[in-house]
Amino acid sequence: MLSRRIRTIFRYLLIIILTLFFLIPFYIMVRNAVISDMQILSPDAGWFPWPMQIRENLTELFSNIDVSILNGLRNSTIVAVTSTFFGILFAIMAGYALARIPFRWREQFFFFILATMMIPPVTIFIPTYMVVFKLKMINTFQGIIFPGLFDTFSAIMFRQFFLDFPGELEESGRIDGLSYFGIFWRLALPNSLNILVPLTVIMFLGSWNSFLWPLVVGQDPTKWTVQVALSVFLTAQRIILHEVFMGGVIALLPTLVVFLILQRYITRGIMLSGIKG
Amino acid sequence: MGSEQNPALVRSKIRKPMNRSQREASWAFIALIAPLIVGLMVFMVIPIVWGFIVSFFDARFTFDLKTFVGVGNYIRLLSDPQFIRSLKLISFFALFIVPTTYAFSLGLAVLVNSVNKGRGFFRSVFFIPTACSYVLASIIWRMSLFNDMYFGLINAVMRFFGIPPIAWTTSSPWVWVTLVTVRLWLQCGLYMILFIGAMQEIPQELYDAASVDGAESGWVTFRYITFPLLRNTSIFVLLMNMIHAFRAFDEFYNILGGTYAAMQTGGVSLWMARPPLVYLYTALFSGRDYGGGVAGSFIITLLIVFVALVQGRILGFGRSIRA
Repeated sequence: MLSRRIRTIFRYLLIIILTLFFLIPFYIMVRNAVISDMQILSPDAGWFPWPMQIRENLTELFSNIDVSILNGLRNSTIVAVTSTFFGILFAIMAGYALARIPFRWREQFFFFILATMMIPPVTIFIPTYMVVFKLKMINTFQGIIFPGLFDTFSAIMFRQFFLDFPGELEESGRIDGLSYFGIFWRLALPNSLNILVPLTVIMFLGSWNSFLWPLVVGQDPTKWTVQVALSVFLTAQRIILHEVFMGGVIALLPTLVVFLILQRYITRGIMLSGIKG
Repeated sequence: MGSEQNPALVRSKIRKPMNRSQREASWAFIALIAPLIVGLMVFMVIPIVWGFIVSFFDARFTFDLKTFVGVGNYIRLLSDPQFIRSLKLISFFALFIVPTTYAFSLGLAVLVNSVNKGRGFFRSVFFIPTACSYVLASIIWRMSLFNDMYFGLINAVMRFFGIPPIAWTTSSPWVWVTLVTVRLWLQCGLYMILFIGAMQEIPQELYDAASVDGAESGWVTFRYITFPLLRNTSIFVLLMNMIHAFRAFDEFYNILGGTYAAMQTGGVSLWMARPPLVYLYTALFSGRDYGGGVAGSFIITLLIVFVALVQGRILGFGRSIRA
Protein backbone atom coordinates (compact mmCIF):
# COMPACT_ATOMS: atom_id res chain seq x y z
CA MET A 1 0.00 0.00 0.00
CA LEU A 2 1.33 3.38 -1.01
CA SER A 3 1.75 5.91 1.71
CA ARG A 4 -0.62 8.83 1.80
CA ARG A 5 2.09 11.35 0.99
CA ILE A 6 3.26 9.63 -2.16
CA ARG A 7 -0.30 9.26 -3.35
CA THR A 8 -0.92 12.97 -2.88
CA ILE A 9 2.23 13.88 -4.82
CA PHE A 10 1.22 11.49 -7.59
CA ARG A 11 -2.21 13.08 -7.79
CA TYR A 12 -0.83 16.59 -8.15
CA LEU A 13 1.68 15.43 -10.73
CA LEU A 14 -1.08 13.82 -12.78
CA ILE A 15 -3.41 16.81 -12.58
CA ILE A 16 -0.61 19.22 -13.55
CA ILE A 17 0.34 17.12 -16.58
CA LEU A 18 -3.31 16.98 -17.65
CA THR A 19 -3.58 20.74 -17.15
CA LEU A 20 -0.68 21.24 -19.53
CA PHE A 21 -2.27 18.93 -22.09
CA PHE A 22 -5.53 20.85 -21.88
CA LEU A 23 -3.85 24.22 -22.28
CA ILE A 24 -1.39 23.36 -25.07
CA PRO A 25 -3.98 23.69 -27.86
CA PHE A 26 -4.80 27.25 -26.73
CA TYR A 27 -1.14 28.11 -26.41
CA ILE A 28 -0.19 26.77 -29.81
CA MET A 29 -3.06 28.67 -31.40
CA VAL A 30 -1.96 31.98 -29.91
CA ARG A 31 1.69 31.25 -30.71
CA ASN A 32 0.95 30.53 -34.35
CA ALA A 33 -1.27 33.59 -34.61
CA VAL A 34 1.50 36.03 -33.81
CA ILE A 35 4.42 34.70 -35.86
CA SER A 36 5.13 34.36 -39.57
CA ASP A 37 4.25 31.30 -41.61
CA MET A 38 7.92 30.61 -42.07
CA GLN A 39 8.37 30.26 -38.34
CA ILE A 40 5.23 28.15 -37.97
CA LEU A 41 6.56 25.77 -40.60
CA SER A 42 10.02 25.57 -39.11
CA PRO A 43 10.46 22.49 -36.95
CA ASP A 44 13.22 24.23 -35.04
CA ALA A 45 11.14 27.24 -33.99
CA GLY A 46 11.10 27.55 -30.24
CA TRP A 47 8.15 27.36 -27.92
CA PHE A 48 8.23 31.07 -27.38
CA PRO A 49 6.83 33.04 -30.33
CA TRP A 50 9.65 35.33 -31.37
CA PRO A 51 9.92 37.64 -33.26
CA MET A 52 6.28 38.59 -32.91
CA GLN A 53 4.44 40.36 -35.68
CA ILE A 54 0.98 40.85 -34.26
CA ARG A 55 0.22 44.05 -36.13
CA GLU A 56 1.31 42.72 -39.53
CA ASN A 57 -0.70 39.52 -39.05
CA LEU A 58 -3.80 41.44 -38.01
CA THR A 59 -3.67 43.84 -40.98
CA GLU A 60 -3.10 40.94 -43.33
CA LEU A 61 -6.06 39.03 -41.88
CA PHE A 62 -8.41 42.01 -42.07
CA SER A 63 -7.40 42.80 -45.65
CA ASN A 64 -8.01 39.27 -46.91
CA ILE A 65 -10.46 39.68 -49.78
CA ASP A 66 -11.50 36.02 -50.07
CA VAL A 67 -12.63 35.58 -46.49
CA SER A 68 -13.80 38.55 -44.45
CA ILE A 69 -13.40 37.71 -40.81
CA LEU A 70 -14.93 41.05 -39.78
CA ASN A 71 -18.02 40.28 -41.79
CA GLY A 72 -18.12 36.88 -40.14
CA LEU A 73 -17.90 38.44 -36.68
CA ARG A 74 -20.73 40.82 -37.54
CA ASN A 75 -22.93 37.99 -38.86
CA SER A 76 -22.18 35.74 -35.89
CA THR A 77 -23.05 38.57 -33.51
CA ILE A 78 -26.37 39.15 -35.25
CA VAL A 79 -27.19 35.44 -35.28
CA ALA A 80 -26.02 34.59 -31.77
CA VAL A 81 -27.49 37.62 -30.00
CA THR A 82 -30.88 37.37 -31.72
CA SER A 83 -31.09 33.61 -31.26
CA THR A 84 -30.14 33.78 -27.62
CA PHE A 85 -32.43 36.69 -26.75
CA PHE A 86 -35.57 35.32 -28.37
CA GLY A 87 -34.75 31.68 -27.70
CA ILE A 88 -34.42 32.29 -23.97
CA LEU A 89 -37.44 34.61 -23.90
CA PHE A 90 -39.69 32.02 -25.54
CA ALA A 91 -38.32 29.27 -23.32
CA ILE A 92 -38.79 31.13 -20.06
CA MET A 93 -42.31 32.19 -21.04
CA ALA A 94 -43.26 28.61 -21.81
CA GLY A 95 -41.46 27.27 -18.75
CA TYR A 96 -43.28 29.67 -16.46
CA ALA A 97 -46.67 28.89 -17.97
CA LEU A 98 -46.06 25.15 -17.70
CA ALA A 99 -45.10 25.41 -14.06
CA ARG A 100 -47.35 28.09 -12.59
CA ILE A 101 -50.44 28.83 -14.66
CA PRO A 102 -53.39 26.47 -14.44
CA PHE A 103 -54.68 25.29 -17.78
CA ARG A 104 -56.78 22.35 -18.83
CA TRP A 105 -54.28 20.76 -21.21
CA ARG A 106 -51.15 21.84 -19.43
CA GLU A 107 -49.82 18.31 -18.98
CA GLN A 108 -50.45 17.55 -22.66
CA PHE A 109 -48.46 20.62 -23.69
CA PHE A 110 -45.66 19.55 -21.38
CA PHE A 111 -45.51 16.07 -22.87
CA PHE A 112 -45.54 17.50 -26.38
CA ILE A 113 -42.51 19.65 -25.55
CA LEU A 114 -40.81 16.72 -23.84
CA ALA A 115 -41.42 14.55 -26.90
CA THR A 116 -39.91 17.09 -29.31
CA MET A 117 -36.84 17.31 -27.09
CA MET A 118 -36.22 13.61 -27.66
CA ILE A 119 -35.98 13.99 -31.45
CA PRO A 120 -32.34 13.70 -32.51
CA PRO A 121 -31.08 16.67 -34.55
CA VAL A 122 -30.05 14.33 -37.37
CA THR A 123 -33.70 13.49 -38.00
CA ILE A 124 -34.87 16.97 -38.83
CA PHE A 125 -31.78 18.27 -40.59
CA ILE A 126 -32.93 17.75 -44.19
CA PRO A 127 -36.68 18.20 -43.55
CA THR A 128 -36.00 21.53 -41.84
CA TYR A 129 -33.88 22.56 -44.81
CA MET A 130 -36.89 21.83 -47.02
CA VAL A 131 -39.16 24.00 -44.87
CA VAL A 132 -36.63 26.84 -44.80
CA PHE A 133 -36.26 26.52 -48.58
CA LYS A 134 -40.02 26.65 -49.06
CA LEU A 135 -40.23 29.74 -46.83
CA LYS A 136 -37.59 31.32 -49.12
CA MET A 137 -35.21 31.77 -46.22
CA ILE A 138 -32.09 30.26 -47.79
CA ASN A 139 -29.21 32.72 -47.53
CA THR A 140 -31.04 34.88 -44.99
CA PHE A 141 -30.42 35.47 -41.31
CA GLN A 142 -33.99 34.36 -40.64
CA GLY A 143 -33.17 30.99 -42.17
CA ILE A 144 -30.09 30.62 -39.99
CA ILE A 145 -31.80 31.82 -36.82
CA PHE A 146 -35.41 30.59 -36.84
CA PRO A 147 -35.02 26.79 -36.68
CA GLY A 148 -32.74 27.03 -33.64
CA LEU A 149 -34.95 29.44 -31.77
CA PHE A 150 -37.24 26.96 -30.06
CA ASP A 151 -35.18 25.53 -27.27
CA THR A 152 -37.19 22.83 -25.56
CA PHE A 153 -34.33 21.91 -23.24
CA SER A 154 -34.26 25.41 -21.74
CA ALA A 155 -38.05 25.49 -21.52
CA ILE A 156 -38.03 22.29 -19.48
CA MET A 157 -35.23 23.59 -17.27
CA PHE A 158 -37.20 26.78 -16.61
CA ARG A 159 -40.31 24.77 -15.81
CA GLN A 160 -38.33 22.70 -13.33
CA PHE A 161 -37.01 25.89 -11.74
CA PHE A 162 -40.41 27.57 -11.46
CA LEU A 163 -42.01 24.46 -9.93
CA ASP A 164 -39.96 25.19 -6.80
CA PHE A 165 -40.69 28.92 -6.96
CA PRO A 166 -42.15 30.30 -3.69
CA GLY A 167 -45.91 30.64 -4.08
CA GLU A 168 -46.09 33.49 -1.51
CA LEU A 169 -44.34 35.82 -3.93
CA GLU A 170 -46.99 35.27 -6.58
CA GLU A 171 -49.75 35.54 -4.01
CA SER A 172 -48.48 38.92 -2.88
CA GLY A 173 -48.28 40.07 -6.48
CA ARG A 174 -51.87 39.02 -7.02
CA ILE A 175 -52.98 40.93 -3.95
CA ASP A 176 -51.23 43.99 -5.40
CA GLY A 177 -53.46 43.56 -8.44
CA LEU A 178 -50.90 42.22 -10.89
CA SER A 179 -52.13 40.13 -13.82
CA TYR A 180 -50.49 36.82 -14.76
CA PHE A 181 -48.24 38.72 -17.16
CA GLY A 182 -47.41 41.24 -14.50
CA ILE A 183 -46.41 38.50 -12.09
CA PHE A 184 -44.33 36.78 -14.77
CA TRP A 185 -42.61 39.95 -15.91
CA ARG A 186 -42.07 41.72 -12.58
CA LEU A 187 -41.69 38.89 -10.09
CA ALA A 188 -40.82 35.61 -11.78
CA LEU A 189 -38.36 36.89 -14.38
CA PRO A 190 -36.20 39.05 -12.09
CA ASN A 191 -36.04 36.28 -9.51
CA SER A 192 -34.87 33.59 -11.91
CA LEU A 193 -31.34 34.87 -12.59
CA ASN A 194 -29.82 31.72 -11.09
CA ILE A 195 -31.13 29.65 -13.95
CA LEU A 196 -31.51 32.43 -16.52
CA VAL A 197 -27.80 33.29 -16.66
CA PRO A 198 -26.41 29.77 -17.23
CA LEU A 199 -29.03 28.86 -19.81
CA THR A 200 -28.42 32.13 -21.65
CA VAL A 201 -24.67 31.55 -21.72
CA ILE A 202 -25.07 27.95 -22.87
CA MET A 203 -27.39 29.01 -25.66
CA PHE A 204 -25.07 31.83 -26.70
CA LEU A 205 -22.08 29.48 -26.82
CA GLY A 206 -24.06 26.94 -28.82
CA SER A 207 -25.26 29.55 -31.26
CA TRP A 208 -21.89 31.25 -31.73
CA ASN A 209 -20.12 27.93 -32.19
CA SER A 210 -22.66 26.19 -34.41
CA PHE A 211 -21.38 25.24 -37.81
CA LEU A 212 -23.46 22.79 -39.84
CA TRP A 213 -26.67 24.82 -40.04
CA PRO A 214 -25.05 28.18 -40.90
CA LEU A 215 -22.94 26.32 -43.46
CA VAL A 216 -25.99 24.79 -45.12
CA VAL A 217 -28.32 27.77 -45.05
CA GLY A 218 -25.89 30.69 -45.33
CA GLN A 219 -23.96 29.56 -48.40
CA ASP A 220 -23.59 33.10 -49.69
CA PRO A 221 -20.29 34.71 -48.57
CA THR A 222 -22.14 37.76 -47.23
CA LYS A 223 -23.99 35.47 -44.79
CA TRP A 224 -21.00 33.44 -43.57
CA THR A 225 -20.78 33.29 -39.81
CA VAL A 226 -17.34 33.41 -38.27
CA GLN A 227 -17.23 29.60 -37.94
CA VAL A 228 -18.04 29.13 -41.62
CA ALA A 229 -15.43 31.75 -42.52
CA LEU A 230 -12.82 29.89 -40.46
CA SER A 231 -13.71 26.66 -42.20
CA VAL A 232 -13.37 28.32 -45.61
CA PHE A 233 -9.80 29.26 -44.70
CA LEU A 234 -9.06 25.55 -44.69
CA THR A 235 -10.32 24.97 -48.21
CA ALA A 236 -8.61 28.02 -49.68
CA GLN A 237 -6.27 27.55 -52.58
CA ARG A 238 -3.33 28.61 -50.50
CA ILE A 239 -3.62 28.25 -46.77
CA ILE A 240 -2.01 31.13 -44.91
CA LEU A 241 -1.41 29.63 -41.51
CA HIS A 242 -1.02 32.69 -39.34
CA GLU A 243 -4.26 34.09 -40.76
CA VAL A 244 -6.09 30.89 -39.92
CA PHE A 245 -4.84 30.95 -36.34
CA MET A 246 -5.35 34.69 -35.85
CA GLY A 247 -8.89 34.24 -37.18
CA GLY A 248 -9.34 31.47 -34.64
CA VAL A 249 -8.15 33.63 -31.75
CA ILE A 250 -10.55 36.39 -32.78
CA ALA A 251 -13.46 33.96 -33.17
CA LEU A 252 -12.78 32.52 -29.74
CA LEU A 253 -12.48 35.82 -27.86
CA PRO A 254 -16.21 36.61 -27.42
CA THR A 255 -17.13 33.18 -26.10
CA LEU A 256 -14.00 32.99 -23.97
CA VAL A 257 -14.69 36.35 -22.32
CA VAL A 258 -18.34 35.50 -21.65
CA PHE A 259 -17.30 32.10 -20.37
CA LEU A 260 -14.58 33.33 -18.03
CA ILE A 261 -16.71 36.14 -16.56
CA LEU A 262 -19.77 33.99 -15.95
CA GLN A 263 -18.07 30.68 -15.26
CA ARG A 264 -19.27 30.47 -11.67
CA TYR A 265 -22.90 30.78 -12.78
CA ILE A 266 -22.52 28.31 -15.61
CA THR A 267 -20.94 25.70 -13.38
CA ARG A 268 -23.69 26.03 -10.83
CA GLY A 269 -26.37 26.00 -13.50
CA ILE A 270 -25.05 22.84 -15.12
CA MET A 271 -24.79 21.11 -11.77
CA LEU A 272 -28.36 22.15 -11.07
CA SER A 273 -29.67 20.89 -14.38
CA GLY A 274 -27.64 17.71 -14.54
CA ILE A 275 -29.00 16.18 -11.39
CA LYS A 276 -32.55 16.65 -12.49
CA GLY A 277 -31.95 16.07 -16.18
CA MET B 1 -43.78 15.90 -11.37
CA GLY B 2 -44.65 17.68 -8.21
CA SER B 3 -47.89 19.12 -9.50
CA GLU B 4 -49.55 18.15 -6.22
CA GLN B 5 -47.67 20.85 -4.36
CA ASN B 6 -48.57 23.41 -6.95
CA PRO B 7 -51.02 25.80 -5.30
CA ALA B 8 -52.32 27.18 -8.59
CA LEU B 9 -53.37 23.75 -9.77
CA VAL B 10 -55.01 22.82 -6.47
CA ARG B 11 -57.00 26.01 -6.56
CA SER B 12 -58.12 25.43 -10.10
CA LYS B 13 -59.48 22.06 -9.14
CA ILE B 14 -61.52 23.47 -6.29
CA ARG B 15 -63.15 26.25 -8.25
CA LYS B 16 -66.07 25.85 -10.59
CA PRO B 17 -65.18 25.58 -14.28
CA MET B 18 -64.48 28.75 -16.21
CA ASN B 19 -65.00 31.65 -13.91
CA ARG B 20 -63.37 34.95 -14.72
CA SER B 21 -59.96 34.36 -13.17
CA GLN B 22 -59.73 30.96 -14.78
CA ARG B 23 -60.41 32.41 -18.19
CA GLU B 24 -57.72 34.93 -17.54
CA ALA B 25 -55.35 32.14 -16.58
CA SER B 26 -56.11 30.22 -19.76
CA TRP B 27 -55.40 33.25 -21.91
CA ALA B 28 -52.18 33.97 -20.06
CA PHE B 29 -51.12 30.35 -20.48
CA ILE B 30 -51.82 30.33 -24.20
CA ALA B 31 -50.12 33.67 -24.79
CA LEU B 32 -46.99 32.65 -22.90
CA ILE B 33 -46.62 29.25 -24.50
CA ALA B 34 -47.70 30.19 -28.03
CA PRO B 35 -44.31 31.31 -29.46
CA LEU B 36 -42.62 28.07 -28.48
CA ILE B 37 -45.45 25.82 -29.59
CA VAL B 38 -45.95 27.58 -32.93
CA GLY B 39 -42.19 27.47 -33.56
CA LEU B 40 -42.04 23.78 -32.73
CA MET B 41 -44.94 23.10 -35.06
CA VAL B 42 -43.32 24.95 -37.98
CA PHE B 43 -39.73 23.81 -37.49
CA MET B 44 -40.18 20.38 -35.94
CA VAL B 45 -43.57 18.76 -36.47
CA ILE B 46 -44.25 19.97 -40.01
CA PRO B 47 -40.73 19.06 -41.23
CA ILE B 48 -41.01 15.56 -39.80
CA VAL B 49 -44.46 14.86 -41.23
CA TRP B 50 -43.67 16.45 -44.58
CA GLY B 51 -40.28 14.77 -44.71
CA PHE B 52 -41.85 11.42 -43.97
CA ILE B 53 -44.21 11.84 -46.92
CA VAL B 54 -41.44 13.06 -49.24
CA SER B 55 -39.29 10.05 -48.35
CA PHE B 56 -41.73 7.87 -50.33
CA PHE B 57 -41.33 9.94 -53.48
CA ASP B 58 -38.60 10.43 -56.00
CA ALA B 59 -37.95 14.04 -55.09
CA ARG B 60 -34.81 15.39 -56.70
CA PHE B 61 -34.35 19.13 -57.23
CA THR B 62 -38.01 19.46 -56.24
CA PHE B 63 -40.43 18.73 -53.44
CA ASP B 64 -43.23 17.88 -55.86
CA LEU B 65 -44.97 14.68 -54.91
CA LYS B 66 -45.23 13.28 -58.43
CA THR B 67 -43.31 10.04 -58.64
CA PHE B 68 -44.34 7.71 -55.85
CA VAL B 69 -41.62 5.14 -55.25
CA GLY B 70 -42.87 3.52 -52.05
CA VAL B 71 -39.97 2.35 -49.94
CA GLY B 72 -37.69 2.71 -52.97
CA ASN B 73 -35.59 5.45 -51.38
CA TYR B 74 -35.06 3.35 -48.26
CA ILE B 75 -34.06 0.29 -50.29
CA ARG B 76 -31.77 2.35 -52.49
CA LEU B 77 -29.95 3.78 -49.46
CA LEU B 78 -29.72 0.51 -47.60
CA SER B 79 -28.16 -1.08 -50.68
CA ASP B 80 -25.71 1.78 -51.13
CA PRO B 81 -22.39 0.53 -49.76
CA GLN B 82 -21.31 4.13 -49.04
CA PHE B 83 -24.31 4.70 -46.79
CA ILE B 84 -23.92 1.39 -44.98
CA ARG B 85 -20.28 2.22 -44.51
CA SER B 86 -21.14 5.54 -42.93
CA LEU B 87 -23.58 3.82 -40.56
CA LYS B 88 -20.97 1.29 -39.53
CA LEU B 89 -18.40 4.02 -39.17
CA ILE B 90 -20.51 6.14 -36.85
CA SER B 91 -21.49 3.10 -34.78
CA PHE B 92 -17.85 2.19 -34.24
CA PHE B 93 -17.04 5.81 -33.54
CA ALA B 94 -19.79 5.96 -30.91
CA LEU B 95 -18.72 2.61 -29.49
CA PHE B 96 -15.28 4.06 -28.96
CA ILE B 97 -15.90 7.69 -28.07
CA VAL B 98 -18.79 7.17 -25.62
CA PRO B 99 -16.98 4.97 -23.07
CA THR B 100 -13.76 6.96 -23.50
CA THR B 101 -15.46 10.29 -22.83
CA TYR B 102 -17.37 8.77 -19.95
CA ALA B 103 -14.31 7.28 -18.26
CA PHE B 104 -12.16 10.32 -18.91
CA SER B 105 -14.66 12.88 -17.59
CA LEU B 106 -15.46 10.77 -14.53
CA GLY B 107 -11.73 10.38 -13.91
CA LEU B 108 -11.21 14.12 -14.19
CA ALA B 109 -14.06 14.76 -11.74
CA VAL B 110 -12.60 12.33 -9.19
CA LEU B 111 -9.12 13.75 -9.67
CA VAL B 112 -10.24 17.38 -9.29
CA ASN B 113 -12.22 16.48 -6.19
CA SER B 114 -9.28 14.64 -4.67
CA VAL B 115 -6.88 17.58 -4.56
CA ASN B 116 -7.15 20.24 -1.90
CA LYS B 117 -5.20 23.12 -3.39
CA GLY B 118 -6.29 24.90 -6.55
CA ARG B 119 -9.43 22.86 -7.05
CA GLY B 120 -11.27 25.76 -8.67
CA PHE B 121 -8.36 26.46 -10.98
CA PHE B 122 -8.07 22.90 -12.25
CA ARG B 123 -11.81 22.68 -12.70
CA SER B 124 -11.72 25.83 -14.84
CA VAL B 125 -8.83 24.55 -16.93
CA PHE B 126 -10.63 21.34 -17.86
CA PHE B 127 -13.87 23.23 -18.45
CA ILE B 128 -12.53 26.02 -20.70
CA PRO B 129 -12.50 24.01 -23.96
CA THR B 130 -16.31 24.10 -23.73
CA ALA B 131 -16.11 27.71 -24.95
CA CYS B 132 -14.27 26.55 -28.06
CA SER B 133 -16.03 25.57 -31.28
CA TYR B 134 -15.50 22.29 -33.13
CA VAL B 135 -14.31 24.29 -36.12
CA LEU B 136 -11.61 26.05 -34.16
CA ALA B 137 -10.51 22.89 -32.38
CA SER B 138 -10.33 21.15 -35.76
CA ILE B 139 -8.11 23.92 -37.06
CA ILE B 140 -5.75 23.60 -34.10
CA TRP B 141 -5.66 19.82 -34.40
CA ARG B 142 -5.28 19.70 -38.17
CA MET B 143 -2.97 22.64 -38.71
CA SER B 144 -0.77 22.34 -35.71
CA LEU B 145 -1.04 19.56 -33.14
CA PHE B 146 -1.64 16.64 -35.47
CA ASN B 147 -0.39 18.07 -38.72
CA ASP B 148 0.94 15.45 -41.11
CA MET B 149 4.13 17.39 -41.69
CA TYR B 150 7.20 17.68 -39.56
CA PHE B 151 6.01 20.97 -38.03
CA GLY B 152 2.95 19.39 -36.41
CA LEU B 153 3.56 19.43 -32.68
CA ILE B 154 3.23 15.69 -32.16
CA ASN B 155 5.47 14.95 -35.12
CA ALA B 156 7.98 17.53 -33.91
CA VAL B 157 8.10 15.87 -30.51
CA MET B 158 8.49 12.46 -32.16
CA ARG B 159 11.24 13.84 -34.37
CA PHE B 160 13.04 14.88 -31.20
CA PHE B 161 13.03 11.23 -30.16
CA GLY B 162 14.01 10.13 -33.64
CA ILE B 163 10.65 8.69 -34.63
CA PRO B 164 9.58 9.31 -38.25
CA PRO B 165 6.48 11.52 -38.72
CA ILE B 166 2.98 10.04 -39.00
CA ALA B 167 0.22 11.28 -41.31
CA TRP B 168 -2.24 11.93 -38.49
CA THR B 169 -5.02 13.35 -40.66
CA THR B 170 -4.72 11.33 -43.85
CA SER B 171 -3.95 7.77 -42.88
CA SER B 172 -5.95 5.15 -41.04
CA PRO B 173 -5.85 4.16 -38.20
CA TRP B 174 -3.94 7.27 -37.02
CA VAL B 175 -6.73 9.56 -38.11
CA TRP B 176 -8.87 8.09 -35.34
CA VAL B 177 -6.42 9.29 -32.72
CA THR B 178 -6.89 12.79 -34.10
CA LEU B 179 -10.69 12.53 -34.24
CA VAL B 180 -11.08 11.02 -30.79
CA THR B 181 -8.70 13.38 -28.99
CA VAL B 182 -10.31 16.50 -30.42
CA ARG B 183 -13.74 15.38 -29.21
CA LEU B 184 -12.40 14.37 -25.82
CA TRP B 185 -10.75 17.75 -25.35
CA LEU B 186 -13.94 19.58 -26.26
CA GLN B 187 -16.46 17.45 -24.36
CA CYS B 188 -14.87 16.15 -21.17
CA GLY B 189 -15.05 19.41 -19.21
CA LEU B 190 -18.80 19.71 -19.45
CA TYR B 191 -19.43 16.14 -18.34
CA MET B 192 -16.82 16.52 -15.61
CA ILE B 193 -18.84 19.44 -14.20
CA LEU B 194 -21.96 17.25 -14.23
CA PHE B 195 -20.14 14.55 -12.29
CA ILE B 196 -18.68 17.02 -9.78
CA GLY B 197 -22.19 18.39 -9.22
CA ALA B 198 -23.57 14.93 -8.63
CA MET B 199 -20.69 14.02 -6.33
CA GLN B 200 -21.48 17.01 -4.13
CA GLU B 201 -24.96 15.57 -3.64
CA ILE B 202 -23.60 12.40 -2.06
CA PRO B 203 -23.97 12.74 1.72
CA GLN B 204 -20.65 12.96 3.56
CA GLU B 205 -22.00 10.61 6.27
CA LEU B 206 -21.63 7.69 3.87
CA TYR B 207 -17.90 8.31 3.60
CA ASP B 208 -17.63 8.89 7.33
CA ALA B 209 -19.42 5.62 8.03
CA ALA B 210 -17.17 3.79 5.60
CA SER B 211 -14.12 5.23 7.25
CA VAL B 212 -15.41 4.11 10.67
CA ASP B 213 -15.82 0.63 9.20
CA GLY B 214 -12.18 0.80 8.23
CA ALA B 215 -12.53 1.36 4.48
CA GLU B 216 -9.51 3.05 2.98
CA SER B 217 -10.48 6.29 1.24
CA GLY B 218 -9.73 5.85 -2.45
CA TRP B 219 -10.60 2.95 -4.69
CA VAL B 220 -12.84 1.22 -2.14
CA THR B 221 -15.02 4.23 -1.38
CA PHE B 222 -15.16 5.05 -5.08
CA ARG B 223 -16.19 1.54 -6.01
CA TYR B 224 -18.83 1.07 -3.31
CA ILE B 225 -20.12 4.61 -2.64
CA THR B 226 -19.30 7.20 -5.30
CA PHE B 227 -19.72 5.12 -8.44
CA PRO B 228 -23.08 3.48 -7.55
CA LEU B 229 -24.54 6.81 -6.43
CA LEU B 230 -23.51 8.47 -9.68
CA ARG B 231 -25.70 6.06 -11.56
CA ASN B 232 -28.36 8.53 -12.72
CA THR B 233 -25.77 11.02 -13.89
CA SER B 234 -23.87 8.23 -15.61
CA ILE B 235 -26.92 7.16 -17.59
CA PHE B 236 -27.61 10.76 -18.55
CA VAL B 237 -24.01 11.37 -19.63
CA LEU B 238 -23.81 8.15 -21.65
CA LEU B 239 -27.06 8.90 -23.44
CA MET B 240 -26.20 12.53 -24.25
CA ASN B 241 -22.78 11.44 -25.39
CA MET B 242 -24.20 8.82 -27.70
CA ILE B 243 -26.65 11.24 -29.31
CA HIS B 244 -23.84 13.75 -29.78
CA ALA B 245 -21.59 11.11 -31.33
CA PHE B 246 -24.21 10.22 -33.93
CA ARG B 247 -24.52 13.82 -35.06
CA ALA B 248 -20.76 14.17 -35.61
CA PHE B 249 -20.10 16.45 -38.54
CA ASP B 250 -17.98 19.49 -37.73
CA GLU B 251 -14.69 17.81 -36.91
CA PHE B 252 -14.93 15.22 -39.71
CA TYR B 253 -15.72 17.94 -42.23
CA ASN B 254 -12.97 20.27 -41.06
CA ILE B 255 -10.21 17.82 -40.23
CA LEU B 256 -10.72 15.39 -43.10
CA GLY B 257 -12.41 17.79 -45.52
CA GLY B 258 -10.63 18.27 -48.79
CA THR B 259 -8.23 21.09 -49.16
CA TYR B 260 -8.20 22.73 -52.54
CA ALA B 261 -4.98 20.93 -53.40
CA ALA B 262 -6.34 17.57 -52.28
CA MET B 263 -9.48 18.01 -54.37
CA GLN B 264 -7.36 18.72 -57.44
CA THR B 265 -5.54 15.44 -57.07
CA GLY B 266 -8.67 13.54 -56.10
CA GLY B 267 -7.16 12.45 -52.81
CA VAL B 268 -9.82 13.79 -50.48
CA SER B 269 -9.40 12.06 -47.18
CA LEU B 270 -13.02 12.69 -46.23
CA TRP B 271 -13.81 9.59 -48.26
CA MET B 272 -11.87 7.62 -45.73
CA ALA B 273 -14.27 8.37 -42.92
CA ARG B 274 -17.61 9.82 -43.87
CA PRO B 275 -20.16 9.91 -41.04
CA PRO B 276 -23.90 9.89 -41.91
CA LEU B 277 -24.34 13.64 -41.59
CA VAL B 278 -21.56 14.24 -44.09
CA TYR B 279 -23.22 11.68 -46.36
CA LEU B 280 -26.55 13.52 -46.06
CA TYR B 281 -24.83 16.86 -46.59
CA THR B 282 -23.36 15.57 -49.83
CA ALA B 283 -26.71 14.06 -50.87
CA LEU B 284 -28.30 17.43 -50.29
CA PHE B 285 -25.77 19.51 -52.17
CA SER B 286 -24.49 17.29 -54.91
CA GLY B 287 -27.74 15.64 -55.95
CA ARG B 288 -30.47 17.72 -54.31
CA ASP B 289 -31.89 14.32 -53.46
CA TYR B 290 -34.53 15.29 -50.88
CA GLY B 291 -36.43 11.99 -50.92
CA GLY B 292 -33.27 9.96 -50.39
CA GLY B 293 -31.93 12.45 -47.88
CA VAL B 294 -34.98 12.28 -45.66
CA ALA B 295 -35.10 8.48 -45.96
CA GLY B 296 -31.46 8.46 -44.83
CA SER B 297 -32.27 10.72 -41.87
CA PHE B 298 -35.01 8.35 -40.74
CA ILE B 299 -32.78 5.28 -41.07
CA ILE B 300 -30.16 7.00 -38.90
CA THR B 301 -32.87 7.93 -36.39
CA LEU B 302 -33.96 4.31 -36.16
CA LEU B 303 -30.34 3.33 -35.57
CA ILE B 304 -30.04 5.91 -32.77
CA VAL B 305 -33.28 4.73 -31.16
CA PHE B 306 -32.08 1.13 -31.38
CA VAL B 307 -28.71 1.95 -29.81
CA ALA B 308 -30.43 3.99 -27.08
CA LEU B 309 -32.71 1.05 -26.27
CA VAL B 310 -29.78 -1.37 -26.14
CA GLN B 311 -27.84 1.06 -24.01
CA GLY B 312 -30.83 1.50 -21.70
CA ARG B 313 -31.22 -2.27 -21.47
CA ILE B 314 -27.59 -2.77 -20.51
CA LEU B 315 -27.65 0.02 -17.97
CA GLY B 316 -31.07 -0.94 -16.63
CA PHE B 317 -32.65 2.39 -17.40
CA GLY B 318 -35.48 3.26 -15.05
CA ARG B 319 -34.42 0.86 -12.32
CA SER B 320 -33.72 2.99 -9.30
CA ILE B 321 -31.09 2.03 -6.78
CA ARG B 322 -32.02 4.66 -4.23
CA ALA B 323 -34.32 2.84 -1.87
